[in-house]
Amino acid sequence: MGERPVELEILRYNPETDREPRFQRYSVGCREEWVVLDALNHIKETVDPTLSYRWSCHMAVCGSCGMMINGEPKLACKSFLRDYVGVIRVEPLAYFPIERDLVTVIDDFMDKLARVKPYLIPKREQPVSDGEYRQTPAELKKFKQYTLCINCMLCYAACPQYGLIPKYIGPAAIALAHRYNQDSRDGGRDQRQEEIAATEGVWDCSFVGACSEVCPEHVDPAGALQQVKIASTVDWYREHLMPWKKK
Amino acid sequence: MAKSSKPVVWGLFAAGGTVTAFVTPVLVLLTLLAALGHVVGLLAYDGLHAFASHWLGKSLLFAIVFLSLWHAAHRLRITLHDLGVRSDTPVAVVAYAAALAGSVAAAVYLLRI
Ligand code: FES
Repeated sequence: MGERPVELEILRYNPETDREPRFQRYSVGCREEWVVLDALNHIKETVDPTLSYRWSCHMAVCGSCGMMINGEPKLACKSFLRDYVGVIRVEPLAYFPIERDLVTVIDDFMDKLARVKPYLIPKREQPVSDGEYRQTPAELKKFKQYTLCINCMLCYAACPQYGLIPKYIGPAAIALAHRYNQDSRDGGRDQRQEEIAATEGVWDCSFVGACSEVCPEHVDPAGALQQVKIASTVDWYREHLMPWKKK
Repeated sequence: MAKSSKPVVWGLFAAGGTVTAFVTPVLVLLTLLAALGHVVGLLAYDGLHAFASHWLGKSLLFAIVFLSLWHAAHRLRITLHDLGVRSDTPVAVVAYAAALAGSVAAAVYLLRI
């Protein structure tokens, strides 16, 4: 199989020795069918063992290899070298602090994710003897697409609103909250609304739509967010025009 | 965290977006036809006058004008924010005030018919 020289310009940063991040160039022979992650692994194995980055599955499932490739948020394991011409510039995900080289500090996202309670909060606890919680295909279809999120944070690195307003809960977390809100078995919507219907919740979204464009799993977070806006608007009118009516 | 009151302005914005998405292309088409000399009978002065004289016509025209203006104002507010204008409150006040002024003017003219 063919091999060709590929040049990569990779952002390097070692907090112990560097005052600022800098770019380092690597020229390596790469196979035609390789993805950017293969090139990084090749560099780490044969040229520079100090290069740091996250990865695990190499098949767009674990969501840990998100990085900026030529300025676009991408999964390194899903970005084929043959789709790029010239020097390929690799940087850590935008808007996240850099921990080291391509590794970012993701505490902000983890914190926001926990706040929206992305897990089933059953409407009513039912004893095991009652059997399973049943769901029709139509009920499943309502949220299935949003279950495909792999928490890769590409949508955050693509979202100009997140860049401007760091407190903004952001696309993936809100889309996941929506996923559970839409689940017929779930009864936790009120708790999640506290977070996602707040100003720093869905209302900081200005529907740029970049999140859905970069999403490697086609979750369409932007679509989820608009649905959340509609539902929150209905809530608002209910609460203010019909205060006697309990939700 | 307190729930936001953004739904008020956003609800009208969304409604306006839906209205303009349906109405604007029709208006463009009809105006083009009129410009080319094909005035649809319904659009002749008498027909439109009769339409705008009825309270239902008035309400409909007002709703379309108000929602479209509100939509434009909100879009402008968001766009300015995206473009880096960070003073959101003054922008919001000016944009919504303009939309409301336009709507009041529309109401006054409609009521005069
Ligand atoms: S390595 Fe798991 S998603 Fe890329």
